[in-house]
Amino acid sequence: MNLRRDVFQAIADPTRRAILLLLASQAITAGAIASNFDTARPTVSKHLQILTECELLKQEQNGREIYYHLNAKKMKEVANFIEPFRKMWDDRFNKLETVMKNYKQKK
Amino acid sequence: MELKTKVHAEDGKQDLTITREFDLPVELLFKAHVDPEIIVQWKAIPNTTPKILKFGGKKHGSYQMISTDSQGKIVSSVSGVIHEFIPNRKIIRTFEVENAPIGVQLEIYDFEQFTDNTSKLSMHVIYESGAIRDQVLKMPGASGYTMGMAHDRMEAIMSKLK
Amino acid sequence: MELKTKIKAEDGKQELVITREFDLPVELLFKAHTEPELIEQWMSNPYATSKMLKFEGKKHGSYQQQSTDANGKVVFSANGAFHEFIANKKITRTFEMENAPLGVQLELLGFEKLTDNKSKLTTHVIYESSAIRDQVLKSPFAPGLSMAHDRMQDIMNKLK
Repeated sequence: MNLRRDVFQAIADPTRRAILLLLASQAITAGAIASNFDTARPTVSKHLQILTECELLKQEQNGREIYYHLNAKKMKEVANFIEPFRKMWDDRFNKLETVMKNYKQKK
Repeated sequence: MELKTKVHAEDGKQDLTITREFDLPVELLFKAHVDPEIIVQWKAIPNTTPKILKFGGKKHGSYQMISTDSQGKIVSSVSGVIHEFIPNRKIIRTFEVENAPIGVQLEIYDFEQFTDNTSKLSMHVIYESGAIRDQVLKMPGASGYTMGMAHDRMEAIMSKLK
Repeated sequence: MELKTKIKAEDGKQELVITREFDLPVELLFKAHTEPELIEQWMSNPYATSKMLKFEGKKHGSYQQQSTDANGKVVFSANGAFHEFIANKKITRTFEMENAPLGVQLELLGFEKLTDNKSKLTTHVIYESSAIRDQVLKSPFAPGLSMAHDRMQDIMNKLK
């Protein structure tokens, strides 16, 4: 297992998760990705840079354009690695919150 | 969507942190961790009945919790000692799942009040080795709890890649 | 001179492993860690007298110790709880030095019989962070521990 420390922070960001979703089915240029978001283009570029640094995305030169696509191997590694664990705690804490809210009302 | 529960695990380390903000006063967040009747309500393993055999909620106290299936068979038993216990602020304890090859872990819980109705929990969990930590991360079941199958956006992505 | 007590501390880790072989049967080595009067003897040195204020040597028990100097001033106090306590084999405990910014540590002590008269102690200490571990290592920790182990050997020799 060789994970960069910031991979999990990278995928915790909602915009970056949306970018990953967008790229799930096809390779797209930076411009096309940016057109899907209301955020400024440099902001989207920054997100792409972070995702690329974490090896979640790969760049490919095609003529004059750079296309981004998912690095499937890395994505699998990350998703398999930590998400079930996080989800387990998230579910458990959601339950805690519900239980205590009910408790508070009973008082 | 912003994830409520965050897990931070650095590569090559033997510890991890879990943080979560709650819409609860810190007193209730703390109570959820120290009142046996409440603990069993949210820490139950799916399809099992939890039972707290011992819970000494004080410095140098100890605890033990078992879970039984519908036939009454014990499927999990966890126990540990409480090193530090400061109401609404801090719990430091050891934790071990019996008959699981993941050793003992040291757990440091920090409870923090934000406003009258919001609070934050930070858990620092330290394992006997980095390999054990990675094993627990990969298989949450190994830590004594069967995870409910997660279906969020990451998994949606993964299914498309298959 | 090489210290008999060896410490292995890998760079960047938050743990260390301390090993030491003793000319003692494993039963006596274990006893030296679980009889309060014996612990007090080998934990004491010419400058400080060690006292066990509480010692419940059993699974889920706890302990509290302190050392005082010649004037009766407390120079060291520590406490913890026993997670595991298996005679002649294993002790797992927490340890915290009071009034020191070093947090809590998890200690796994393994007792191993080598021959009828030789035994080995392996202590795996896990700290809250690698920074804290490094801070502990910078103190005169290794020579101090080795001296304490030497004293333990001498004290236990008399019990053979």
